[in-house]
Amino acid sequence: MTDAGSFINKDYAYGFVTPVESDAAPRGLSEDTIRFISKKKNEPAFMLEWRLKAYREWLKMKEPDWSSVRYPKIDYQDIIYYSAPKKKKDGPQSLAEVDQEVLKTYEKLGIPLEEQKILAGVAVDAVFDSVSVATTYKAKLKEYGIIFCSFSEAVREHPDLVKKYLGSVVPVKDNFFSALNSAVFSDGSFCYIPKGVRCPMELSTYFRINAMDTGQFERTLIVADEGSFVSYLEGCTAPIRDKNQLHAAVVELVAHEKASIKYSTVQNWYAGDKEGKGGIYNFVTKRGLCQGAHSKISWTQVETGSAITWKYPSCILQGDHSTGEFYSVAVVNNHQQADTGTKMIHLGKNTKSTIISKGISARFGKNTYRGAVRILPHAAESRNYTQCDSLLMGDRCSANTFPTLEVNNRTSRAEHEATTSRIDEDQLFYCRQRGMSQENAISMIVHGFCKEVFKNLPMEFAVEAQRLMSVSLEGSVG
Amino acid sequence: MLEIKNLHVSVEGVEILKGIDLSVKTGEVHAIMGPNGSGKSTLTRVLAGHPSYVVMQGTAIYEGKDLFQMAIEERARQGIFLAFQYPIDIPGVNNAYFLKTAVNEMRKAKGLEELDAMEFLEFLKEKMKIVEMDESFLNRPVNEGFSGGEKKRNEILQLAALGPRLAILDETDSGLDIDALKTISEGVNRLRSPNRSFILVTHYQRMLNYITPDHVHVLMGGKIVMSGGKDLAFKLEEKGYEWVRPD
Repeated sequence: MTDAGSFINKDYAYGFVTPVESDAAPRGLSEDTIRFISKKKNEPAFMLEWRLKAYREWLKMKEPDWSSVRYPKIDYQDIIYYSAPKKKKDGPQSLAEVDQEVLKTYEKLGIPLEEQKILAGVAVDAVFDSVSVATTYKAKLKEYGIIFCSFSEAVREHPDLVKKYLGSVVPVKDNFFSALNSAVFSDGSFCYIPKGVRCPMELSTYFRINAMDTGQFERTLIVADEGSFVSYLEGCTAPIRDKNQLHAAVVELVAHEKASIKYSTVQNWYAGDKEGKGGIYNFVTKRGLCQGAHSKISWTQVETGSAITWKYPSCILQGDHSTGEFYSVAVVNNHQQADTGTKMIHLGKNTKSTIISKGISARFGKNTYRGAVRILPHAAESRNYTQCDSLLMGDRCSANTFPTLEVNNRTSRAEHEATTSRIDEDQLFYCRQRGMSQENAISMIVHGFCKEVFKNLPMEFAVEAQRLMSVSLEGSVG
Repeated sequence: MLEIKNLHVSVEGVEILKGIDLSVKTGEVHAIMGPNGSGKSTLTRVLAGHPSYVVMQGTAIYEGKDLFQMAIEERARQGIFLAFQYPIDIPGVNNAYFLKTAVNEMRKAKGLEELDAMEFLEFLKEKMKIVEMDESFLNRPVNEGFSGGEKKRNEILQLAALGPRLAILDETDSGLDIDALKTISEGVNRLRSPNRSFILVTHYQRMLNYITPDHVHVLMGGKIVMSGGKDLAFKLEEKGYEWVRPD
């Protein structure tokens, strides 16, 4: 009997009595909750072990308070850490039953009717044959030897790969939220691209909507073997509401020699009402490891939602000649707060990193950019270029920048540029005097501001992202 | 086409225009001159609809419609154009894109089909000849890094592209050297037509050497104190504004 085994026995002695057939775990977090989750998912023993270890680490950790976001204290015992996937018959039976405001937003975002139905949770079978679409898709990927499935499925079907890479980029103890996620993660994506394969299509979470229940503790792992390429799209422009306020996801990317991973996110989680109540807290740990020489990882994100966003997609540039990129547009309107940025850690020689961060603040929004570029002593001949721009709309919002540049050798270079600008009344007056409506004028100016980031998004995403920007900035001036 | 009656306008609580009457017929060129602080810019901005300028009293009827009931962009789409005294920078937005958006808004308002990128470039090339601007301007962000003269020429280029029925030029001559002034004036002259009226607001008389007005008005202390023909401008140049000042 292992130590863990005796520990488990001890726990049952305390009397955790909820039967395992129930659909949801009782509120609160304990080792029993974790066992409940693992059993519900039919996980092999190694996974449960890993979760329990993470939980024990989490208990020793303290919630971070260094960021500039402010939120009411989270009661970790007041959360349900597992609930069964929504049954189709519980959802709305047609669009007529869906909240009009939600539908109006879908319209403005240009989402096709069929997709609207799926997003609203309408019983899909009668509407759109999603099963056949997903199946055709999967068949194609199989031809290439690409594994793309839900994380839960990967734990069961590809345990060796999961064991090899899980936690290799974001160790359990990395931070409070990654430890929590490691203990209670729900589901996410798993992707493995074999050597030399160029994934023939953009992989998107859209195709997973029906395959898994989106969770508050999403866990994603993408591995690109030597010489391979994959472009992954996460999220969608439709505002997603969730009664669970806390979202703490972990995303790990591993790029082997000469491999390249492009990870794009368009996120519009519910930001709360005009007073900022009820919005989602999005605390994410995303990190990419450029393990092999000449590997590349590129993060592109457009964030317009969430009440609070706390994320720093980062790259560890281990392989010589590896490249890390970060392109971001973060919008905070009304009472949203964002403390976001990136870390580029240069370990290998001739490594390169590019950071282009655009922050837009409107009304009472607070935007903080926190960047860390560290070029370690052995990372000779390395380069970083950082451009950090803030756009303020109105005079009650704010933007703060905390860039840190640490260059520990003489042959490397880091460049940093930062600008702050405003969309002021005069600019709007000028555009309107040329016949443009206020909305169009703001759209145009904001688009000009974000152009450099948008051009890195896969095309369909870029179009959606632009519409999303307009919608999220409505009512931001005046 | 524009009938202004007893217009009183204030900005930030201070009354600047104290009862303006002005009548502009289609095809006419009116010059409005006056010393600093007389309210010249206020007049142009209130006609264009700048939100900081409050109409306290009076009316402005434009082609039979109540101008002050119209939103800024509506006035523009109905054919009113203001060439700014200090044109605004719009970083990140390139000049060609800005112009194309504006031109297409105008076309939409007239029920015409929008121009695509190729068609627009062809269209614009013609207009650029009028103000002697070259293509390098098109890729630069709107007004950013433009010299004073380039900004003013950009205003006239926009005028040429948008084809307004009432063009209001707010001190377009300020900050220009002789050559730039000549170029711009020639551009404006090429754009004169029986269907288009101009209100030229100017401090100095010299632009009126190149653009001959039909009527000249002197604005002082928020009121039009004298009106006349083109000779009035020469008299002012000779005698100065003090000559006009009511006792």
